[in-house]
Amino acid sequence: MSAPVLRLVDVLTTFPAEGRRIPVVDRVSLEVDEGEVLALVGESGCGKSMTALSAMRLVPKPGRVESGHIQLCDRDVLGMSVNEMRAVRGRDAAMIFQEPMTSLNPVQTVGAQVVEAIRLHERASFDAARARTIELFDRVQIPDPEQRFDAYPHQLSGGLKQRVMIAMAVSMRPKLLIADEPSTALDVTIQAQILELLRELQRELGTAILLITHDLGVVNELADRIAVMYASRVIEQGDRVDVLASARHPYTEGLLRSVPSSARHGEALHEIAGVVPSPLEWPAGCRFSTRCHRMEDRCVEAVPASTPVGPGHTVDCFVVADEVAR
Amino acid sequence: MSLAEPHVISNIVVALLLAGAVAIFATARRSDLWRQAGRELIRRRPIAIVTITLFVCVALLDSVAWVGGGAGGGNALEQSRPRSVIDRMFAPDFKEKSYSAPLADVEFYGGADLTHPGSHLLGTDILGRDVLQLTLKGARVALLIGGLTSLIVIPLALLMGISAGYFGGRIDDIVFFVVSTLASIPTLLLLIALIMALGHGPVQVCVAMGVTGWVGFCRIVRGETFKLRELDYVQAARALGVSEVGIILRHILPNLMHLVVITFVLLFSGLVLSEAILSYLGIGINGSWGQMIDQARDELARDPIIWWNLVAASTALFALILSVNFVGDAVRDILDPKTLGERR
Repeated sequence: MSAPVLRLVDVLTTFPAEGRRIPVVDRVSLEVDEGEVLALVGESGCGKSMTALSAMRLVPKPGRVESGHIQLCDRDVLGMSVNEMRAVRGRDAAMIFQEPMTSLNPVQTVGAQVVEAIRLHERASFDAARARTIELFDRVQIPDPEQRFDAYPHQLSGGLKQRVMIAMAVSMRPKLLIADEPSTALDVTIQAQILELLRELQRELGTAILLITHDLGVVNELADRIAVMYASRVIEQGDRVDVLASARHPYTEGLLRSVPSSARHGEALHEIAGVVPSPLEWPAGCRFSTRCHRMEDRCVEAVPASTPVGPGHTVDCFVVADEVAR
Repeated sequence: MSLAEPHVISNIVVALLLAGAVAIFATARRSDLWRQAGRELIRRRPIAIVTITLFVCVALLDSVAWVGGGAGGGNALEQSRPRSVIDRMFAPDFKEKSYSAPLADVEFYGGADLTHPGSHLLGTDILGRDVLQLTLKGARVALLIGGLTSLIVIPLALLMGISAGYFGGRIDDIVFFVVSTLASIPTLLLLIALIMALGHGPVQVCVAMGVTGWVGFCRIVRGETFKLRELDYVQAARALGVSEVGIILRHILPNLMHLVVITFVLLFSGLVLSEAILSYLGIGINGSWGQMIDQARDELARDPIIWWNLVAASTALFALILSVNFVGDAVRDILDPKTLGERR
């Protein structure tokens, strides 16, 4: 097995607030292997996007990666110079954003924007880059790629724009593709097409994908492995089947039970009691302790460590750890 | 003939301006957005566009000058003086001794015979110069004021505004300090002081007006850049590995161009009017309409009244400003995304 494409070890990213530095990514460790799809799941604001931005060293100011180790394609992200990092972005690792509507420059044709992305990392004539772009458009199933090359973003639908974004992101055949909620802003039928396209490209190019989403349906469709985040920490991690079928962390359990399904038709939908505490009021111990139905005294005092509960499946919970030990 | 002579420089500048205008026009034509905006503008404000085009043509014709070539008059000094196309449309010695009314055959005071009876369409001024010729030549000065000053104001404001808005932090602090300081000094006083320090030449006056005029636009650019910097496509460009300079040139600047066009048009009329005020204070540019109006002040007190001088200059000024404002208004409506819906 070769080295992982992306490896985060104890990454801590903070933002200043009320005179302190509040962690938005709190000692997160995860790995994305070559050609693998890792889904990073969690509620809005739990730190999924910030984890991805940390990996690309794109955390907006005044936030910063405070400590930890980030390795992207065998290179130390935090140790690179600005220019080295810029060369990595787009070439070794590319990103797709949530909002295709605003992710393209409104005053440039979409073709010109993809050409720009290609010529940024490669010496290519405009015509060569144009031919490549049209090929890419064809590959991401944009109809009439020749005509669409000269279209402005406002002339394209959301689904087409997202396809352009994907074409741009895979133009350099990156080893890692970070997809931040790639289908959330699209309507359901287009969502399925975009996910299918991502799946195809991933198989074809062998690109690893870090998929950020809160949609468990998307996870089920695309992911090989799952990392569940809650309040800026990863609390459960494992193969898709293990996590979806035998989730151990009380939060993951609650999350899965709150997904509507035909099997429990007619029953009231489960909900996790309480709300996510604000980062300023996080409990000292396990962050989920304020809402957990299995909470014990020790949960409030100490932070549970990652405990293996199966092959490649870890859970950060005292109670589950005890169950496994027994 | 040396290259440093004013009329040669002027000819070169005209050539450069024409080349620049053609280049901008060609670039804009390739973009659907600008082509559509241009067509819409012509549809909405045909008369104003024609008026402005006339003024621009007159100014350009007045800017192309050369020595000799049928400059009669016998006088050697007159012959060595460069004369523009506009000058050449009038006879070389198209002068009288003093005032004459429009199309008059005799002098206004005294009734002596004129050298060119009945041919001064707008009469002559106190020195016997043809008012029509002076008015036409004033177009060049007006466009020089508006154009050159805008060429100083807009790049300066863009540079300062974008760096402040995009980089923020220290740079923003410094730019904003300069902006606030300039804004806190009364504009007219600063303008007078600068002209006193720099001198009275046309370029110096334009520089002085440029230095005092960029603050407002800089604020707008800074605010807009602040907004653009956070937009998804700028973030996406960053994630693709585009450098800061690349982001500014390809993603920030093109998205500010509508503001540049709007500001240029509105700034222009404001500047031409400011020059009229400066002329009133006696520190304007020689040959401007403002100066003609200033000189005509005393003539209003005469009896019988000398009106043609004032009327010619004011009408020309009024026509230009009104046209520019009409066009500016239309440009703003056409390019403002908020009113885009009304058009379709």
